[in-house]
Amino acid sequence: MQPAFSVIFLTTLIGAGQGLFLALFVAELGGFGGVAGEARFLALGALVSVLLCGAGLVASFFHLGRPERAWRAAAMWRTSWLSREVIVLPLFMALAALWGGLHGLGLPGTRGAGALAVLAALGLFVCTAMIYASIRFIQEWASGFTLANYLLLGLASGATLASALAAFGAPPLLPALVPAALLFTLAGAASRAGSLLRNARIKPRSTVQTAIGIKHPRIVQRAQGFLGGSFNTREFFHGRRPALLRQLKWWFLLLAFALPAVLLALAWGQGAAAAAWLAAAFGVQYLGLLLERWFFFAQARHPQNLYYQEVA
Amino acid sequence: VTQLALVIDLNVCVGCHACVTSCKQWNTSGAAGPLVDENPYGADPTGTFFNRVQTFEVGEFPHTQTVHFPKSCLHCEEPPCVPVCPTGASYKRKQDGIVLVDYDKCIGCKYCSWACPYGARELDEQRQVMTKCTLCVDRIYDQSLPPERRKPACVLACPPGARIFGDVHDPESEASRAIAERGGYPLMPEWGTSPSNHYLPRRRTEIAVHPEDLLRVDNPLQLDGAQPELPHGPGREDFAT
Repeated sequence: MQPAFSVIFLTTLIGAGQGLFLALFVAELGGFGGVAGEARFLALGALVSVLLCGAGLVASFFHLGRPERAWRAAAMWRTSWLSREVIVLPLFMALAALWGGLHGLGLPGTRGAGALAVLAALGLFVCTAMIYASIRFIQEWASGFTLANYLLLGLASGATLASALAAFGAPPLLPALVPAALLFTLAGAASRAGSLLRNARIKPRSTVQTAIGIKHPRIVQRAQGFLGGSFNTREFFHGRRPALLRQLKWWFLLLAFALPAVLLALAWGQGAAAAAWLAAAFGVQYLGLLLERWFFFAQARHPQNLYYQEVA
Repeated sequence: VTQLALVIDLNVCVGCHACVTSCKQWNTSGAAGPLVDENPYGADPTGTFFNRVQTFEVGEFPHTQTVHFPKSCLHCEEPPCVPVCPTGASYKRKQDGIVLVDYDKCIGCKYCSWACPYGARELDEQRQVMTKCTLCVDRIYDQSLPPERRKPACVLACPPGARIFGDVHDPESEASRAIAERGGYPLMPEWGTSPSNHYLPRRRTEIAVHPEDLLRVDNPLQLDGAQPELPHGPGREDFAT
């Protein structure tokens, strides 16, 4: 597939936003936020989460050919995971904003609002992942790993961001947040490595034989029906060398997992003195996740490419 | 219920692209708006087409077959492109099974094209909405046309008659009979999409030449002096096929 930067930014930004909120809410459940300064930190954290999701939402509009009609996308929630995501993302933003607002204003009911926002955040992870995992013939995506990766990578980047924010605004949270970020980063690495191993061994169910229905071992395409390009030759091919994909895989494994894990481990137990380390950990990890998401799209081989062998 | 579809005979298709051009001509001229052509006379032309003819070579030289393969939307009975549409712009008509896009509802998110394993959908770069074969829905019901002209443009244009249009749920239709009698098959059956369009396979072509066709016993040019042998009963030519 041709990776679309609008969708890459959408999925990485909202993943970090959801993960950040979940980390902060768990901190609240652990007894944090009772005094005014702590509540203000939670409110500011919720604001960052909503801003990240808002940025993702803005990015998603660049994916649409007709953005002025985007409101229509909420219509088919009964059948379409994309439609469900379109509903749940603003819902999560509203609930997270409510939770942050209650903390900011010192009002009660934060746990109830937060619990609803948790459901929305988890539901949003499922919606985002199922958009891809539900396309059964894109075999690289049609797997439980897709769901696990979206969840764990969102939790990892969100917890890393929460750690970086806590280093500046709430150092008492660091002994809990930094190990959590490290744990989710390592779990995300394991899950993503699992999906890489799985995808490396995929046997495509569709072949040129099933595509045109002729059972002969040797079939060569001589003409694709046109000399210039078409939507089919642009949308479904990343157009880069296979070597770039192989290199990119190691870069995102390094930047999204290995380097942040080292930085988080170095920052563990150092308290607020490690603020710069934690900020760097989030920056590096987000960059790595951008590469990871680009790779996620580029690696997917769409069966329609069988009809365009001269591009493939 | 009715399921309109095309049955395409790969044994007959000669790869002339008349279906491609007639499809483009009809569908770019209709009320639904033009199918864009960008840079049509430049080095890298591109445009929206509902129908393409591709060419495959099967086998190893000299035992090869050139197969021309027309490819358009298959109007699946279980279209994977329809449920994924977030707006409901993609839909399958109940009355005749045609899969259509409502161009006024489409937001151009391209998700349906990802969800089609056949690559049958093309985003129109000018209108920024998803487009696809409509089975010429704007002419097959046109009462102002004589009944024999109420067919998709590609079917009418096909010079050797490789395209059959009809209701594949009606066992008596020409399309259903062609599928049943000539081994019609769907594309990529492994995904359970149940395409309505079917393809008829290539058939082995044999020229039946019999010895008596080459050597006519009453050939007046035969100068070997032998007396023409009277035929014992009727020869093959008496059963001209």
